Amino acid sequence: MTMAAVSHQTRKTAQRLGLFLASAALLGLVIAFGVGVGELSIPLKTTLLAITNRLGLTDIPLNRIHETVIWDFRLSRALVAACSGAGLAICGAVLQSLLKNALAEPYVLGVSAGASTGAVSVVVLGVGSGAVSLSAGAFTGAFLAFLFVAVLTNGARGGNERTILAGVAASQLFNAITAYTISTSASAQQARDVMFWLLGSFSGVRWPEFQLVLVVVLLGLAVCLYYAKALDAFIFGDDAAASLGIPVGYVRLMLFAVTALMTATIVSMAGSIGFVGLVVPHVMRYFFGPLHRTLLVACAMMGAIFMVLADIVSRTAIAPQSLPVGVVTALVGVPFFAVILYRSRTAA
Amino acid sequence: MSIRAENISWRAGKKCIVNNVSLEVKNGQTLGLLGPNGSGKSSLLRILAGLRRPCAGRVLLDERDIAGMAKKSVARRVAFVEQHTMTEANIRVRDVVKLGRIPHHSPLSSWTQEDEAIISAALERVEMRDRSEQGWQSLSGGERQRVHIARALAQSPSEILLDEPTNHLDIHHQMQLMRLISALPVTSIVALHDLNHAAMFCDALIVMLKGEVVASGTPDEVLTEAMLREVFHVETRIEVSPYHGKKHIHFL
Repeated sequence: MTMAAVSHQTRKTAQRLGLFLASAALLGLVIAFGVGVGELSIPLKTTLLAITNRLGLTDIPLNRIHETVIWDFRLSRALVAACSGAGLAICGAVLQSLLKNALAEPYVLGVSAGASTGAVSVVVLGVGSGAVSLSAGAFTGAFLAFLFVAVLTNGARGGNERTILAGVAASQLFNAITAYTISTSASAQQARDVMFWLLGSFSGVRWPEFQLVLVVVLLGLAVCLYYAKALDAFIFGDDAAASLGIPVGYVRLMLFAVTALMTATIVSMAGSIGFVGLVVPHVMRYFFGPLHRTLLVACAMMGAIFMVLADIVSRTAIAPQSLPVGVVTALVGVPFFAVILYRSRTAA
Repeated sequence: MSIRAENISWRAGKKCIVNNVSLEVKNGQTLGLLGPNGSGKSSLLRILAGLRRPCAGRVLLDERDIAGMAKKSVARRVAFVEQHTMTEANIRVRDVVKLGRIPHHSPLSSWTQEDEAIISAALERVEMRDRSEQGWQSLSGGERQRVHIARALAQSPSEILLDEPTNHLDIHHQMQLMRLISALPVTSIVALHDLNHAAMFCDALIVMLKGEVVASGTPDEVLTEAMLREVFHVETRIEVSPYHGKKHIHFL
């Protein structure tokens, strides 16, 4: 290899690293901003000091109410939003690559429909008679739906079309059960609560949720990055991947299971927030190309930033009421995506 | 013996696609697979590449059964170029060829200068070096095929299997590619439709019909007017070319 090529390579690596650090800094800033915005407005400086105080780096007395709002409500919420956005974007990227389908998204395997059925069973039917939380019900439902798909597709070895069809079938089935339950058993208020939850919201998430979602998303990202080369090998199809020595069936099942676990965890906390998992991977592919080591990290950063911003908008747009965050992701995201689609059309 | 197949059969559902096929290729030789559409050539190549498991018989690489080898070690010595490979992704040419280095790496290892040198050499061989930064979607069908072959070469294989590699290529690149394949120091098995290419570039030929081998041997032995009439239902006159000394087939 020539010296020029070497320096070109190092320059590109340095560029990527710079971008990564810049986006990490931006994420931190967005989270701090998110903590400050709301009914009770808190200056950025107070937010940063409250965090450094808690970490034991500083010891500056602050307004107790501010500190409580920051620490007990908004910071955990912003961090859960960041992890959820990152996780959904990663899942979307992996599923789009594995299924070779541009419309694939985290919910393509029926996970969100299963989660809604689980949540409704708990809220409306009172399954578990109070001992089971809505989140646990949603998680169970999500995993049942994934199992349903896995069985139908013979452990995801049945080919892409069959996997997608099985996912559609699972979604239809579980959505039907949800709708049936709501229309036969729910009171108007229960129906409204469930609808709101289905569209997604980060209200009510606290530190325990953050710990769980952080662990799941980081582990998920690590597994997906471990398989980054294998995912690259899928670019030309399953046989091409197999001829490069990838154990196709095993990798597919593994990655389907990991994405289902991530999605189920996120959905059980925040409902099925649409759009992020579908669109962030496309936008990142447009900027960074289809190779997964870069793509997955980019998706994680962008998904996190986007979701924190969407959550801020959902809290403040029609304050004191809040919009479902899924509505915001779509309303804000679609115009942005339209521009990218339009530009890629003219570029090609 | 570089690669050998013993009595392999393979079924898709109830239909027998490959029926009791045996073959062997010596190191560095080029074997041509001939036969009409649906005669089982592509399926046979997939079995030889280890992508399908035969329901009977076995494939041996240097006398080792492929069924007992790790997928990765098979991929380090057998490269396979499929007939139709599509992608929506706009991956760079150089990155496609880099995929060929995957079997030589563990999941977390990073690319080395040796990888880069092998990738550049492979691109050079198919005359695509100056296009290495270009995106996949901007390539013509023939260019894509050449990049796939470069990817296969980057696997540093000792056997390379190609399924109708000259499809989509113009005549210059057809000739260049067939010359390249026959000159490669690796064992090649090539499914072909062009009978004159088979005569000119292959060391040995196998003719398949309905999943079975109906003729095998050197091009001189195999390519006869009677065989072509029986297998392909075409009338031909075959003569030895005064230019390259190999058989040349005229279609009537």
